[in-house]
Amino acid sequence: MGNLDTNLDRLAALEGMGCSRKRREDPRFIQGKGTYVDDIRMPGMLFGVMVRSPYAHARVKRIDKSRALAHPGVHAVLTADDLKPLKLHWMPTLAGDVQAVLADEKVCFQNQEVAFVVADDRYVAADAAELVEVEYEELPVLIDPFAALAADAPVIREDIRDKETGAHGARRHPNHIFTWTMGDKDKTDRMFESADVTVRQDMSYPRVHPCPLETCGCVASFDKVRGDLTVYITSQAPHVVRTVVGLLSSIPESKIRIISPDIGGGFGNKVGVYPGYVTSIVASIVLGRPVKWIESRNENLSTTAFARDYHMTGELAADKDGRIKALRVNVVADHGAFDACADPTKWPAGMFHVCTGSYAIPNAFVSVDGVYTNKFPGGVAYRCSFRVTEAVYLIERMVDVLAQKLGIDKAEIRLRNFIHKEQFPYTTPLGLEYDSGDYEPALRKVLAAVGYDALRAEQAQRRADPEAEWLMGIGVVNFTEIVGAGPSKMCDILGVGMFDSCEIRVHPDGSAIARMGTITQGQGHQTTYAQIIASEAGIPASQITVEEGDTSTAPYGLGTYGSRSTPVAGAAVARASRKIREKARKIAAHLLEASPDDVEFDLDRFVLKGAPDQFKSVKEVAWAAYNNVPEGLEMGLEAVDYYDPPNFTFPFGAYVCVLDVNRYTGEIRVRRFYALDDCGTRINPMIIEGQIHGGLTEGFAVALGQELPYDESGNLLGATLLDYFVPTAVETPHWETDFTVTPSPHHPIGAKGVAESPHVGSIPCFTSAVVDAFAHLGVTHMNMPHNAYRVWQQCRALGLTRPA
Amino acid sequence: MGKKTMVSFALNGSEVDVVVEPRELLIHTLREKCLHTGPHIGCETSHCGACTVDFNGMSVKSCTLLTVQAEGADVKTVEGLAQGGELHALQEGFMQEHGLQCGFCTPGMLMRAYRLLQENPDPTEAEIRYWMAGNLCRCTGYQNIVKAVQYAARKLRGAAVESSHPLLEADAAHAH
Repeated sequence: MGNLDTNLDRLAALEGMGCSRKRREDPRFIQGKGTYVDDIRMPGMLFGVMVRSPYAHARVKRIDKSRALAHPGVHAVLTADDLKPLKLHWMPTLAGDVQAVLADEKVCFQNQEVAFVVADDRYVAADAAELVEVEYEELPVLIDPFAALAADAPVIREDIRDKETGAHGARRHPNHIFTWTMGDKDKTDRMFESADVTVRQDMSYPRVHPCPLETCGCVASFDKVRGDLTVYITSQAPHVVRTVVGLLSSIPESKIRIISPDIGGGFGNKVGVYPGYVTSIVASIVLGRPVKWIESRNENLSTTAFARDYHMTGELAADKDGRIKALRVNVVADHGAFDACADPTKWPAGMFHVCTGSYAIPNAFVSVDGVYTNKFPGGVAYRCSFRVTEAVYLIERMVDVLAQKLGIDKAEIRLRNFIHKEQFPYTTPLGLEYDSGDYEPALRKVLAAVGYDALRAEQAQRRADPEAEWLMGIGVVNFTEIVGAGPSKMCDILGVGMFDSCEIRVHPDGSAIARMGTITQGQGHQTTYAQIIASEAGIPASQITVEEGDTSTAPYGLGTYGSRSTPVAGAAVARASRKIREKARKIAAHLLEASPDDVEFDLDRFVLKGAPDQFKSVKEVAWAAYNNVPEGLEMGLEAVDYYDPPNFTFPFGAYVCVLDVNRYTGEIRVRRFYALDDCGTRINPMIIEGQIHGGLTEGFAVALGQELPYDESGNLLGATLLDYFVPTAVETPHWETDFTVTPSPHHPIGAKGVAESPHVGSIPCFTSAVVDAFAHLGVTHMNMPHNAYRVWQQCRALGLTRPA
Repeated sequence: MGKKTMVSFALNGSEVDVVVEPRELLIHTLREKCLHTGPHIGCETSHCGACTVDFNGMSVKSCTLLTVQAEGADVKTVEGLAQGGELHALQEGFMQEHGLQCGFCTPGMLMRAYRLLQENPDPTEAEIRYWMAGNLCRCTGYQNIVKAVQYAARKLRGAAVESSHPLLEADAAHAH
C-alpha cells in the first residue's frame, strides 16, 4: 500500500522488530544517572554488615555482642536468637529446602552469616562487626561430594538429620538431598549390552560464580506509621520476592513494595533471597528506619549462588558408523550446605534432561544425586538455563569421545546424528518436545566460514612435526538450548505458575506506557519490548516507555532468568499489543464509518480495504479512544496479557573454536571463535550480538580460568578478584558471530530466548578445542579450568614439556 | 576512628569542601558526600576499575585513594564528561556501538577511555584493549567497547562518524 519509499519511512519511524534500535537505557547510564541500589539514600538510613564464620563446619558456642553494641553509632546486632521469635532464623529456598539466615547452633560453610550489625554508616558498621565475639567448636569438614554419602561422613544438616523424605523424594543418608531420574533405564541398559561400541567418560564441571560487577544488596524501609514495607533490591524476580516476604512476615502483599531498580548485571546471581535481605528487613522493622546492606566482592563470591559443581559420568552406545543408540548419565551434584538451587519446584536438576542434545538418540536414562557439603549454596546461576550448561557440556563431550574412539571426524559424527528439520516438533526420550530446528545447515555454514577442512589439514601437518612448540586444537559444538520456563503444568516457582505478563496503556496522545513482570539486568528490555509493541500495535517505539521491577506498578511476573523474557513476557507483550490493535481497529472502523471487517492494520494505521487513502492513524485512534468510541466499547485503550507458554523455546547454535597450546608453558591462545546462533525471529540484532559477546566471554572465563576450590579444612580459595578469573579486554578473544532464523512455531512472534546460549555453547567448545589439541596422543577429556598450569600438567604427563 | 579533616578539591570544575575521617576512601566521598553516584564499586582489591575517575590528569581507581589525598586536586567523574549539554564523543560512541549493557562498568570505562584518548589519540585495537585493561566488564565481552573507543577517537580527530539513528537491518525481513 502506498509507495515503497513512504512505507519504508513509516517502517523506519516505528523502530520495530528486526531493527538494531539504539538503546533507551544508554543516555542515563553514560551520564552516571542510573539508579542502582547503593545509589538509594533515604532519610535516617542505617547500614548493615554481616559477621561471618571463619570456619566451614563448627558449633556456635557463644556470641557476645556487648562490645559491638557499646560502640558509638551502633543501633543493633542481630543474631539467630533475635530472629527465632519471628521464625526467621531459617528461610525457605526455591529448592524446597531451608537455609539458615543467621547461624543458630552451627555453621555449615565458611563465611556463613552469623550476626548482622546495624550502624550509622558502613565504616562504623565494619568496625563494630569486628567487635562481635563468637566462640566456635570445630567439627569435621566434608568437602568431597563423592565422600558425602559414606557411612562415617560428617552430618552437615542436623536440623533435618532424621528426615527420610525431602522436597524431592526419599533421602537415604543425612547428606543426601535427592535422587532424580528420567528416562527408561531398562531399555537403555539393554541398548548398552547389545551395542557395537560403547564409550564412558567421567567429567567434572567445576564450581564457578556469576560474579556480576554489582554485588547483591538492598535498602529495606519499614514505615511504622503506614505499616508498609518498601525494599529496593538487586532481585531478578521482585514479585516472587514480594510473595515470599509476605509469607514470611505476615504483612499482606498489598503493603509490601519491592523495587528492583537498575541492576548492575545479574547473571542468575540475583534470583534467590539471601540472608542479607532478610536481616535488613527485620532490622528495619525493629528500628523503624531504612537499613541498607551492600555486600563486598568477597562476600558475593563466597556466599551467593554459585554455578555448576556437577560431577558427571556419561556413556554412549552406538553402532560402528557412529550412530548413537543410547545415552546413560550419572551425576553427583554438589549443592553445598543448604539446597538453595533455583529451579522450578518439580525439577531438582533443572532441565538437565535436555542432555540428549541436538541428536536423535532413541534411548536415554539420567540419574542425578544431590548431596550436601560444607560449602555455600547455589547451583543454578550464570547463564545456565537451569542446568542446561551441564547438559550440553555432557553430551557434546561424549559425542567427541565417541568420535575419537571410532576415528570419525567430530563434525561428521554430528551430521550423522542430528535431528532433522522435518522431525520437529521432536520428542526426546527424556520427554521434551523440541519446537523447531535446522541443525545441519547451521553447522555446515560455520564449517564453511572457518574453512574447516583446511584447518584439519593444517592440524595434521602440525601433528606430523614432532618439534612443533604449539599444538593445535579445533573445537566443534552443536547445542540445543531449552529456555522460556515455562508451561504452568510443568513449571512453578514455589507454587506460582511460570507465566509472565505485560500491561500496555495507550495515552490520548498516542504515546504509551508498558510494564512487564520481568526485570532487565542489562539485556535491553526497555529497548526491545518497545520494538515488539511498535510492530504489533503501530506505536513508534520512541513513544513507548517500558518499565519493570516495581511490584506496585508492574503486572505480576516471574522475573528474568533462564532466558525466559523473550519467550514468555515477549509473548505477553505481543499478545497485549494485539489486543490493543484489535480494539483500535474497531475504533478506527467506527471513525471511518465502516465495518471492522473492512478495516485492516497497516504498520501504523488502519486502512479501509480497497481504499488506501482512507485511513486513521494509530495516533488518531488513540485520541478517539478517549472521546469517541463505538457503542458497546469501553473508553480508553489498554490491555493486559498473562501468558502461560505452551512449551519452552529451543534455540540452537553451532560453534567452532580454533586455538593453539604451548607445550612448554601450557599457555592457550584462542586463534578464532565462530559462533552461529539461531534464536528464531530476531527482535534487535545489535542487542543479540551484545548478548553473544558477553556470553562467549563468560564461557572463555569458565573454561580457561574460573574456579572456586576448597581446601581440606573447608577454606574457600580464590574468592576475590586477586584469583577469580574475570578476563579483561586483553585476554578476551575477538568474537565472530553469525545466525540463521528458525522461528518457534508456538511463539506469537516466532522468537526464542538466546542470552544464555553463548555461555552454554561456548564452554564445551573451548574444552573440545583444548582436548582436541591432545587427541592424537589419546587424550579423551580434560577437566576445566584449562589454565596454563593445568594444561602444562597435561603436557608434562604426555612427555611434551621436555625439549626434544 | 580518626579526627575529621576538611578537604577541598575541584569536582567537575566546581570547588567542593568535605569533612572526612582520614580513612575515608575517595569513592565513598564522591558517592555519599558529593552525591556523584556515577562511579561504582565492583570489588575491594582494586581490580575492576568501576570507580575510575580522572584525577589531576590521571586515571585513578578512587577506591584506592584516600579522600584526604585529594586536597587541592582536580577530579573529574562521568557526571562531568558532557559539556554544555553536549555529550562527549565517548558517550556517543558507547551508545552508537552498543558498548554498554547493565551500565555498571560504564562510568569507569568512559573515564578511563577519556584519559586514554588524550594520551593516545589514535590507538590501535591492541592498544585500546591493553590501555583499558584496568577496567572489567561482565556484559559486553569488550568488543563493542573497543569499537566505541575507536568511534570516539575518529570523531575527536575530526573524521566523519555515523550519527546515531535507527538502522534497519537486512534481517528485518525475517521479522515481518
